Parts: sequence; structure tokens; C-alpha cells
Amino acid sequence: MSQRNPAISKGIDYSLVWIYLLLVSIGIMAIFGATYRDGDPILQSFFGFKTDYSKQFYFFVAALVIGLFILLTDSKFFSATANIFYATGIFLLLLTFPLHTSISGTESIIKVGGFNFQAAEFCKITVALALAKYLSRPETEFTKTRSQLIAAALVLFPAALTILQKEMGLALVFFAFFLVMYREGLPSGVLIIGFAAATLVVATLLVEKNTLALVLTGIALLIVFSMRRQVKRQKAILFRVILLWFVCVSIIWVGVPFAFKHMLKLYQVERIYSTIGKEVPTEYIEAHNKDKEGGGGGKKKDTDYNVRQSKIAIGSGGAIGKGLLKGTQTRYGFVPEQRTDFIFDTIAEGFGFAGCFVFLSIYLLLLFRMVAVAERQRSVFSRCYAYGVAVVFFFHIIINIAMAVGLAPVIGITLPLISYGGTSLLTFTILLFILIRLDADRQMVLR
Amino acid sequence: MPVFNQSRSRIIRLIFLLAFLVILAQLFNLQLISGKYSKLAMDNAVFAKIVYPERGIIYDRKGKAILNNAIMFDLMVTPAEIKNFDTTAFCNLMQMDTADFVKRIREVIYKNKNTVRPSVFEALLTPQMQARFEENSWRFPGFALIERPVRVYPFNVAGHILGNINEVDARDIERSGDFYRQGDYIGKSGLEAIYERVLMGKRGVQYLIKDNHNRLVGTYEKGVFDTAAVAGRGLRTFLDVELQTLAEKLMTNKVGAVVALDPKTGGILAMVSGPNFNPNELTGPEKNKNYSRLVLDVKAPLLNRAIKGQYPPGSTFKPLGALVALDEGVITPSYGFPCPGRYLLCGNGKPACTHSEPGHAANLRLSIAHSCNSYYAHVYRLAVDNPKFKNVRDGFTHWKGYMNAFGLGRKLGVDLPSEDMANIPDTTAYDKEYRGSWNSCSNLTLGIGQDKMTATPLQLANAMCIIANKGFYYTPHFVNRIDSETDDDTALLNKYRAKHEVLTHISDDAYNAVIDGMEDVVTSGTARIAMIPGIDVCAKTGTAENYTILDGRRIKLPNNSMFVCFAPKENPKIAIAVAVENAGFGATWGGPIARILMEKYLNDTLQTKSVEDVERIANTNLMPDYYKRLQYKTDSLRARDWFKKTNDSSYIQKYISFKGIKNPAGKNKPAQPQQNLQFVATLPDNKYSIKQGQEPIPA
Repeated sequence: MSQRNPAISKGIDYSLVWIYLLLVSIGIMAIFGATYRDGDPILQSFFGFKTDYSKQFYFFVAALVIGLFILLTDSKFFSATANIFYATGIFLLLLTFPLHTSISGTESIIKVGGFNFQAAEFCKITVALALAKYLSRPETEFTKTRSQLIAAALVLFPAALTILQKEMGLALVFFAFFLVMYREGLPSGVLIIGFAAATLVVATLLVEKNTLALVLTGIALLIVFSMRRQVKRQKAILFRVILLWFVCVSIIWVGVPFAFKHMLKLYQVERIYSTIGKEVPTEYIEAHNKDKEGGGGGKKKDTDYNVRQSKIAIGSGGAIGKGLLKGTQTRYGFVPEQRTDFIFDTIAEGFGFAGCFVFLSIYLLLLFRMVAVAERQRSVFSRCYAYGVAVVFFFHIIINIAMAVGLAPVIGITLPLISYGGTSLLTFTILLFILIRLDADRQMVLR
Repeated sequence: MPVFNQSRSRIIRLIFLLAFLVILAQLFNLQLISGKYSKLAMDNAVFAKIVYPERGIIYDRKGKAILNNAIMFDLMVTPAEIKNFDTTAFCNLMQMDTADFVKRIREVIYKNKNTVRPSVFEALLTPQMQARFEENSWRFPGFALIERPVRVYPFNVAGHILGNINEVDARDIERSGDFYRQGDYIGKSGLEAIYERVLMGKRGVQYLIKDNHNRLVGTYEKGVFDTAAVAGRGLRTFLDVELQTLAEKLMTNKVGAVVALDPKTGGILAMVSGPNFNPNELTGPEKNKNYSRLVLDVKAPLLNRAIKGQYPPGSTFKPLGALVALDEGVITPSYGFPCPGRYLLCGNGKPACTHSEPGHAANLRLSIAHSCNSYYAHVYRLAVDNPKFKNVRDGFTHWKGYMNAFGLGRKLGVDLPSEDMANIPDTTAYDKEYRGSWNSCSNLTLGIGQDKMTATPLQLANAMCIIANKGFYYTPHFVNRIDSETDDDTALLNKYRAKHEVLTHISDDAYNAVIDGMEDVVTSGTARIAMIPGIDVCAKTGTAENYTILDGRRIKLPNNSMFVCFAPKENPKIAIAVAVENAGFGATWGGPIARILMEKYLNDTLQTKSVEDVERIANTNLMPDYYKRLQYKTDSLRARDWFKKTNDSSYIQKYISFKGIKNPAGKNKPAQPQQNLQFVATLPDNKYSIKQGQEPIPA
């Protein structure tokens, strides 16, 4: 990459660049494997901008050009403009509400010329920058609760807007930034509480509500009993235990049912239940049908078709796979959305467990490299930003693949650098190349 | 602070790693542990298409294909591709109305549950329709023609023999042990059914890839797992298609049957059942309509009377009666019987004899030539009352043994399905009728081929072969050879190649006496009409009484004309049995038909007289009258049943109104039924006949 220009190439982390190129190539190959039709002239269709793999190739070229521009930019630019970018991002998100297209199922897309622009995608970059900016301010003392709340608000505000645009999956990605905050000193307790809450919700789905409440009550009583001496000395402990018990039980009895009845869409509820392999409780279905005032409630959808076909595709790959262009599941339309959300199936069916292992190793290598790069930064801004990029990648990768193998409900988020689509590729390229740019100037201290 | 938090980078890395390990564990589970997914994927995407081999061809004795394959076309529709479609133009072209069009498309979509899979819109287009569509196909996206092999009968003959194929039903599938699948074709009748395994060939398999809409999109693995189909093998038959055509022409508008055998091989040279049908009617686009018409015709054109028609043989039986008596030694060739014109020894003077002049039965030869009833009634009694048997029952059982040896009263084993055994009664039948007390007078008309005795034309022709061969026969059969014969085929055909020396113990003298008598029948007796210059023909005429029950009354029908013969006398090459129902004397119709066929076969040309006779006979309508009445009754009963089942009175209306016009109210006289024939085809009978549980095609 522009080796002859010492000014640009100096300090660049080539391992990241190589992994990037490798992953995008794998992505184009996977799209090729999924959409190539026998008998098409390969070269012609590759450069013709007619087929998906050809388009992805040109997106790649465009992304490279933009990446190059980023590498030419002064790294101070990013820290200096981070807040402006964040404001722009929020503005665009707000602008989306009146201007969004009428594509069904989402209200997050604005059409500009021939391109679909998704402000929420753009916000991943701006939030990563803004969070880094905020955390790296000299006056920010992240040990204080106030700073923590401001940082959380920075992240949750765009997430909330995204949820309002009916992009549950994209919104969830913003929660990944809490890992960055954790690295910067957010108390472990928050993470543990978050994790515990998630476990509680999953448990609520799996176990009957009253049984679960009874078990929790038992645990609370056990704790009080075993700590009865401390409790005698400090009444506050008893109070805390009771508060915790109360919160948990209200999540079980009120929080989850409310969310499932009124916050989530019926199809989302169905997907979640199909992931854990259970029938949707009738009370939820009824609540949703009531919302629609009885209209169209009787239609039964085969919600787990996608996941079942995806699992068949992956499972049929076996140990070493069927080979590129041999996957019957992915080549003949059995897996829906398989250029984008289920692109992993192409790799899993074509190259089997061995291929998946290698593929996941490349991803893990990328993530570990990012963390290593983050840790070597002198500037807090660069470090925070690097972590931001790493966790966004991580979250996308894990949720997407977990979705494909049936461990997570189907929420449409892409596999970074692999999935078909210009927006996704461009977002991740920009995220990564800003990181590379910042890392190249790791000797500087950015504010 | 940053230094303190540095340790958290390890925790973050640990989280990354753990998440990846969970994913990897699930992949391990899906890809390496559960083996079901590759099969599921195969089931999803690979379609094993059965490749049907070309069915075997059936040839006549001179190598002419009498049952062949041809290509017809089905019109296929892919509803999703119907765009910018001129429905009116299409409907005009295909001669249907728009409502019907919409209905059919809906049915296709409903059946497939999708719109992208091609399905049959109209099966087996007529050639005109096909040509019309081909010219305009570019205007109708979504419609295409697809080839479909069908069976054709190039000579339009031998429908009863060759049979037909049809889609398998549940019973066929079960019987074959699931060898056949839904949609397969199977020989349903005739040679198609008997030689199914030979004709069908071996099915091949082609593995195809299908997509999520069940569309076929290509071959699987470039076809390395495919198995090629092996074409069905041809059958070389004894049939002489020219003889068959001529025989069918002669039987036009007649009820009855003709069978011509080669005595030396048992090969069937021609077999005709009247009334007849054109086998091609049951293959093409109109096959269901035609089948309905044929199956509802009370004249039963689908019935093969040559193997299923049960006729009293009448006088044609007499040579056999003579041979039995000669073999038992109760008479000699010089035995004579004084016949005064009736048989008086049983008291009632029956049976009567057409001759009464003295000496017309002075010896065996004369008695055959003059067909003396008294003589043969007496000869039968002599055979049954033979003193070497304990009593009449014993004698009768012995006599029945002879009959079975002649091939009467049992299935011969011809290579056609559902052959009838006809009837030679046993003692129990008479015990029942006469409450155990009967003697040879009770059933003496058995001696002249009447009473409870019946025989199929095939059995009669075969009996002629036994006489011509002086004691042996080969089981009558059609198939001489099978192309590239296998061991299995040989096993199948061996039973037809075995010589049955059933009656060779009868002396040649006895045979010669009977054969000479049969020659006299032609030269000076009742069958002079069968005389062929230059060829010694041996024959016997028969005129059998018969009755039917109509409107609850037993009515006597005109006599059946029976005729049996073989020729030439010294070196028999052909044996023929002819039965023409309700046609009168044996010599009148059976004689000339047999003569013409013998001439054709032995000389390959017809004398001028015969050429004229062919036209005369072919143009004579000998259909019995009572069929019209029967048809009217059956149709109107069916219309009533239809009305009961569906409350649709439109068919019954026709009968009622028809009746009203012909017969003013109050009269209960049956209407003239000729015009009712047209109503038969208008009934939705096809469905109806299946409901009734009828055999799909009675062979």
C-alpha cells in the first residue's frame, strides 16, 4: 500500500491491513460461491458490475480509495472533529425519521441518489470517535458516576433512536461500547449486573415464571440466613438483598412480559422463542393481536425456516465441506438472505468445520491484534477508539455467526468485511482505517 | 488508573475468546456430531428423477411393428412467468373460455403451492392443437410444450391382444412391492400387461439439483451418480397383421370371435373379438372420453370374446365326441346308427336331426359329414354308459377327463390376462339339477355340444389343433421370441414351447376317420362353402341355440353360427374357430369367414369370389336387436342413479322428454331406443364407472 510514500506508510500496522485484505477477499469469494451461476463467463461477470460478487468487488475498490484518503488524513483531524461528527450522526438519525424510505420492516434508510444511506451505520463510527473523545478529555474523571452516566448517554441516545427506527440489531451493537467503558474503569459490577440481567431474562424465557420467582426467593432467604450475623450488625445488607430480590422478581413478572408484549414486534418474539426452541406463549400472541385490533393475527408463519435451513447448510458442510460452488443449500436458494446475513453458511457449507475453524481464527486474530494495538497507544483517545472498533467488530461477528448456527435470534446484522453490501463494507473499512491511521501516529498524544 | 485497568484488556480478550469457543462448540456439534444435516441438505436439493426407458415394440411374424412408440406433447404452464399475457388470444387459440383458463391456472397453483414450478396445463395435445400452439408460442410466455411418449398402433388393429398402458393405481403399486411409483405407466391389459417386465425395460435415475422453489436447475455432480435407462425389448409374435386386419374387417358389426392358430407351434396368427375398437382411441388426447364410451356400451367392445366368450360349441363338438368313443372302443369307424330324423332311445324324441333319409349315418365318416344329431347323442351315451365303468357318474367323470384333455373346461394358459375356462360340467352340477338321480339320457345333448357345455373360441381352435396334430398341441400363445432373450424370458416362454401330448394314445385310425369325415363336411357336407380349390380343408359347422333374459323374460335368440376347421389336411398349417352370435347357420357366416382367412394365410391371395365375399360380409350388420333395448335400459337406469347421487336431473330429463315425445302419456311401452345411443357419451360416465368399482379395462 503506497510503499513509495514514506510519509503515509510510516508506522502503519501491516498485519491489520493484510488481515483486512484477506477477509474482504474471503467475503468476495463467499458471495461468488453463493451467487455464481454455472456457465456464466467468470471474468466478464466479475468486472461487469452486474453480479453481486462483481458489485462487491467494486465496493471493495471504492472502500480502498476511501481507506487511502483516511491514511492521508492528519490523525489530529479525528479527535478534533469527533464531537462534530457525533452531532452530525445524531442529526442524520433525526433526519431519518421524516425522510426514510418506505422499505418494509425498517425506517432507518434514506435514499440519496441511487444509494441507500443508513444513518445508524454511520453512527457506529461517530459514537466510537465521540466516546473516545469524551473519555480522553483531561477533565473527565471516569471514576465519577456522573461521567459514567454521560458516557452511557452518549452511547444509548443513538441506540434509542435506532430502536425507534425499528433496527433492533443495529441498536444492540451500541451496547458493545460498554466494554470500552469497562476497559476505561467502569466498575466491574455494571458489567456483572448487565450480564446477570441478561441471564435472568433468558432464564425467564426458559423456566416458568412462578417457579423462577420461587427459586429466587429461596436464594434470597438462603443469603439472608447465611449472613444473619452481618445482617444483625448492618440492617442495610438486608435492605439490599430485599431490593435486589424485588428488582429480579419484577423483571420476571413485569419487565419481560411488558417488553415482549409491547416493545418487541411479534416476529421478534417468535424469533427469540424459536432460538431457544420453544413455542411462543399464547398471552404474548394475544397481546400482539390485540394491538393490531384482531387483524391478520391468525396467520401462522414458519419463523424458524431460515434458521433451520441455515443449520442444515452449516451442518451439511461436515468436517471438510463440499467445496466452493458445491454447496447445494447455499447455491439453490434454501438459505434466505444468504449474501448478507447468512453469508457464513456459504463458508461453512463449502469448507466445513476445518474451514470455519480457520475463518474464525482469522477473525480472532484480527480482534486480538486490535486489542494489542489499542494497548500500545499512548493517547487515551486512540486507545478508546481502538477498543471501540474492536468491540463493534466483535459484537457483529459473534451475533451474526451465533444467529447462523442457531444460538441467537435472527436479528439482521452483517458479518464484518464478508457480507454483501457497500454500506457495511464501507463502515467497517472506515472504522478500521481510522484505527490504522491513529496507530501510525501512536507516538503523538492526542487530546 | 490506566495502569490499573490494563489487566482488564486480558478480561476483554478472554471474553472474545470464550464467545468464539462457544460458537466453535456449536459448529463442532452441527458439523461433526449430528450427521443428519447432510442428508437433510441432500433431500432439500437433490431430486432423483426417474428416466423412463423407451417401451419395447411388438412385431408381427413378418417383423412389422404393430405396437410402437410415438411422441406427443403436453402443454406445460409456469404461472409465475405469465406476464403481458393476452388471455383472450390464448383462449381463442386453444378453444377454451376464459373462466376455464383461470380455473385451470388456479388449480395448478393450488396443487403446487407455488407459481414457479411448471405443471401440465393440458395433457396430450391433438396434433392440430400442437401445431397451432407452436406457431404462436412466442406470444404466450409461461407456456411450453413438453414431449411425452405414447403408444401407437400403426395398423389400428389388435386392441384386445396388444392391450394398453395406463398410470399405475394404488393396487399396482402394492402388488409390485413399491417397485412402481405414482405416475408410472404400466401395462394394464393384453400383451402389454403380461410382458410388462420385458417391455418396460430398466428405469434409469438422473440426479438433478432443485432450488428452494422445487425448480430443477441442473444436474447433480455432472451426472456421475446417474444410471442410464435400458430400453424395453421387443416382442416377436406369431400374429400376421394382414390376416388380423382382414379378420377384423370381416367381424365388423358382428358379435363373436375369430381365432386362427398355427397347429405346429400353437402360435396365434389372428385373434379378433367383435364388436371391435380402434386401439389408438385409447392412447391419444381423447382416451378418457373414448374409454367411457366403450366401457358403457352394452355390446362390451372391450371384452375379448375370443378368450372370454362362452359359446355352446354345438355340432363343432361332434368330432371330439367321436374320438372319445373311438378311443374307449365303444364304436369303430364303421359304426352306424339308424336315424329316422330324431333320437328316440330316450323316449322324448329329442334331439331332432336335420336329416331323416336312411343311411345318412351309416358310418362315422358319413355321420360327421351329415352332422347327425342322433348319432352323436347316442355315441355320447355309449361313451358314458361304457360297461367298463361302474355307473354313469364314473363314466361321465371319465368323459370329462377327455374334454379337459382336449382343452375344454379349463384355462389353456394363453399369454393374455383373464382367460376364461368356459364350462364342462361335472357330476355335482347334474346331481344338483336332478337331485342325484340322472342318467345318460338326462344330458345327452352334451353329445351335440349343447346342454351345460360351453367353450371359448380359443379352446375350439386349440381342439382343432389337437385333431390336426393327431393328439398333441402347444399352448396357444402370441409371443414367439423376445429380442435378446434372457434366462428369465426363456423360463417365461418355455411353457409355450413345451409339446403337450395329451391325446396321442388315441389311434391314428381314429383320427383319420374323424379327419376324413371333416374333409367330407367340406367336399359334400354342410361346409361346402369353405371349399378352397387346391387345398384339402377339414371343417365342422355348428349351429347352437341360445337364450338371454331381457325384461325378466327368457327369450330365444337366433342361433349362434359356429365354425371350426383346419387346413391343409395332410400338413396342417392353420386351425380356425369362428363364432358369430345370433347369425344363424354355422355355414352361413362362420364358413366363409374361415375360408377367406385360410385362403389369405395359405395362398396369400384371395379368389375373386372371396374378394366379393369380404365386402359382402364386412358390410353386413349382424348386431342382435336386443342390444338396443338393453342399452336403453342400462343408460336410463344409470341416469336415474346419477340423479339419485347428485340430484342432477339433466340426464334423466333427456330420457323422460324423449319418452314423452315418442310415447304419449299413459303408454308404458318402451321407446325406440336407437337415438339413445348418443346420450351415452354425454353422461359423465368416466367418474361414475370408477365409483361403481368396475375393472379399468376388461381385457
